[in-house]
Parts: sequence; C-alpha cells; structure tokens
Amino acid sequence: MPPEDHEHPGHTHAGVNGHGSFPARPLRVGIGGPVGSGKTALVAALCRALASKWSVAVVTNDIYTTEDAKILLREAVLPADRVLAVQTGCCPHTAIRDDISANVEAVEALGHAHPGLDLVLVESGGDNLTATFSYGLVHKQIFVIDVAGGDKVPRKGGPGITLSDLLVVNKTDLALLVRADLASMRADTTSARPGRPFVFMSLVEDPLARPVADWVEAQLQP
Amino acid sequence: MPASSTLLTLADGRLPAGGHAHSGGLEEAVGNGRVTDATELAQFLTGRLHTSGSVDACLAALSCWAAPSLPALDAVQSEATARTPSPALRAASKAQGRGVLRAAQAMWPVAAVGRLDVLAKHLPGGPMHPVALGAVANAIGLGPADAALVTAHCSVSGPAWAATRLLGLDPFAVGRCLAEMAPAIEQVAAAATAAGVGAAGLGPGNVHLPCFSAPLLDIGAEAHEHWEVRLFAS
Repeated sequence: MPPEDHEHPGHTHAGVNGHGSFPARPLRVGIGGPVGSGKTALVAALCRALASKWSVAVVTNDIYTTEDAKILLREAVLPADRVLAVQTGCCPHTAIRDDISANVEAVEALGHAHPGLDLVLVESGGDNLTATFSYGLVHKQIFVIDVAGGDKVPRKGGPGITLSDLLVVNKTDLALLVRADLASMRADTTSARPGRPFVFMSLVEDPLARPVADWVEAQLQP
Repeated sequence: MPASSTLLTLADGRLPAGGHAHSGGLEEAVGNGRVTDATELAQFLTGRLHTSGSVDACLAALSCWAAPSLPALDAVQSEATARTPSPALRAASKAQGRGVLRAAQAMWPVAAVGRLDVLAKHLPGGPMHPVALGAVANAIGLGPADAALVTAHCSVSGPAWAATRLLGLDPFAVGRCLAEMAPAIEQVAAAATAAGVGAAGLGPGNVHLPCFSAPLLDIGAEAHEHWEVRLFAS
C-alpha cells in the first residue's frame, strides 16, 4: 500500500521487531512462573515496598480468587481501584503471550484511571516453565520459581528460566526441608543465564522482597 | 488485498482479539450441567447459531454495508444493544469489539482501518462485537456476506473450542461437530446477509432485522458474571 495511505493520526504501529510501541510510563513489569511459586506473594511484597514512593497498580490473571484479593487488600498494600482482574479462558499463557489484548486493555484502563501511574505489575496465572510474557505487553518480566518445586528446575531451563529479565528463586528457607541443593541450583542458574540477573530469596524472611524491589526501582529510574 | 485470504485471517481462531477468553455462555452451561458431552455441545452450538449467532451475523452484514458512516453504525449499535438485554453480554460483546478494533488497527495499518478509531471514541464502551467485525470487514475490503460468514462462524467456533478446555472433550469430536455445522453456518450467514443488507433505513419501525433471542444465554451470563472463580470472561 502507498506510504500516504499508511499514516493516520492517533494510531501507533507495532515496532518491526515485534515489540509493542507503548509508552515508557507506566513501566509494565510481568510476573510469571509455575503455580504456587509465590507470584502473588511477590506482587504483595513489591506493592508494600514501592507503593509509598511510586504510584503502583496491579493486573491479575485467573485464577484470581477472593483469597488472592485479600492478600493485596487486607494487608492494605493497594486500594481496590488499583487492582484489575482479567479472565484467560483456561489459558494463562495465551493471555500473556499469544493474545494479549485483554491484558493490554487492563493496563491502559489503569493508566487512564490513575494519571501519573509509575508502575503496573501484570501477574500471570500460574503456568509452566515455557510461559513467558510478550514484549508487546510488558517492558520487563520477572520469572518466579521456588526451591520446593525441585532443585533441578534451573537445569531444565525453558524461556522463563533463561530469557526472563530477572529470575527469582523463592522459598530458600525451605531448602533443608525439601533437601534441595542450593549450591547446585545457583551453579545451574548461573550457567543457564549468562549475563542475566537472578535472586535467591525467601519472602517469609524478606517480606519486602528487597533485592527484587531494588531491581524494579532501577528499571523505574529515567 | 486478496479477499479470501483476508477473510481467513479475520476468522482465524488465533486472531489476537481477546476471543479466547470468551466461551459464549458455555462455561455457565457446563457449570450447571446442561452440557456434558459432544452431543449436548452440538445442541448448544446449534441453539447459539440460530439465535445470537444469526442476529450477530445480520448486524455484522449491516455494519459492513453501513460503514464507514458513523451515524449509520451508531444506529446499528443501538439495534445490537436492543437485542442484547443482558448487561453482562453487552459488556462482553463490547470487550470483544474493542479487541477486534485493536487487532485490526495493528494488523492492517491502512487509513480506512485507522479511521475506525472514531468508533471506539464515539460509541460508549466501544462497538459491539458484530458492529466492529462489520466495520473492520468493510475497511479491509470485504463485503457484507463475508462479515456475516465470519460472525456466524465465530459464534460457534469459540464456544466449541472452549469445550475442549472445560470438559476435556476429544478435540477431534469437537472439530467434527463444527464440520457438521458448516451447511447451517452458510445458511445462517446467507439469510443474515439478505436481511442485513436489505435493512436500509434503520429506525424504530424497521422490521427486517431479526431479533431471535436465547433467554437462557442472557440469564446464564448474568449469573456467570458473579461466579467467584470463572476462567472465561463470558
């Protein structure tokens, strides 16, 4: 089609590299990982650590129960109007990777409702080791696994382990109980992620998820 | 643009327009035990096709014919709203309509699609699903018959594939179910095109637009919206 037919106001084209052409603010950070690894707990911790300094909102993907809502609302980490839930039709990875439209719309709705929003955390529904976010939806993504899920997970790899912008290995406090070898997990993680950051931590011992909050704040700096 | 290929692209179940999160009422029907196997799925889909599917196909054909006139599309939106009594289904239809517009604007960066921006701004909550499908079809060079066919097809294909996830049905059985519906889908689309394109001069006295209803889908959608745990948006 002719170039003059290609330009129209009020509409931005997706970048040719397949990355979305959405604005730099609010910063969109995806949080993915297997079921039970601590994604919701990490979201709560990040809100607790960051919400007093930055304007923060959250998009959750199913299965979002009253239980999850309570974690965010009861602990007063965020007011209810800063949390939006989207349904994914039994396919959490589809909603964050293949058809991101519902999540994009939720992020934009939060941006309109809260001018000056700095950060939107998009929490994926629990899925498998291959479920990663599209960069048409988020700027950066954190992948959360846990020690109790088996100390071979970092060796198994998959895009969440190898390609996420930050890998969080949660529940280090359980290592002894589940006989996980933290030293070998660390070695495997280092070789699976050359040059990419990772954090070993326990949200029970560090309820503000300090190293992760610091990493997110570094992404927020201009 | 080559029309057949464009039509297939618009009808692709993997079109990133948010449709995967809608079961067309199937999640509620499954949850309440009304659909339990492939036979009952076929019955559910047949009912859906001949009620909301047929009406939506007609509205899509009409929207395609009426586009890009904003007042005309506004009138079609009113007809669509009048035929969708459930607020939950109106919201679900608008969510899918916005999804279709968003996907189309990224996929076909031509002026005619770009101009559909006004639809999202002008119609409260965005265009209903068939209005968006019809307007987009027009903008990418398709005709009312194409818009009706895509819409009739989507009215059953989405819920059909949702059944594989909700009931664990054999995907080959679900595929066969859809294949067997092909003549009915064609027939509904053809009738919808004739009714839709013939419905010039929209207004309160218009008797050409069908208004088949599926009360159980309306009631079910209202109940489903309040389920504590639901995997589909509708």
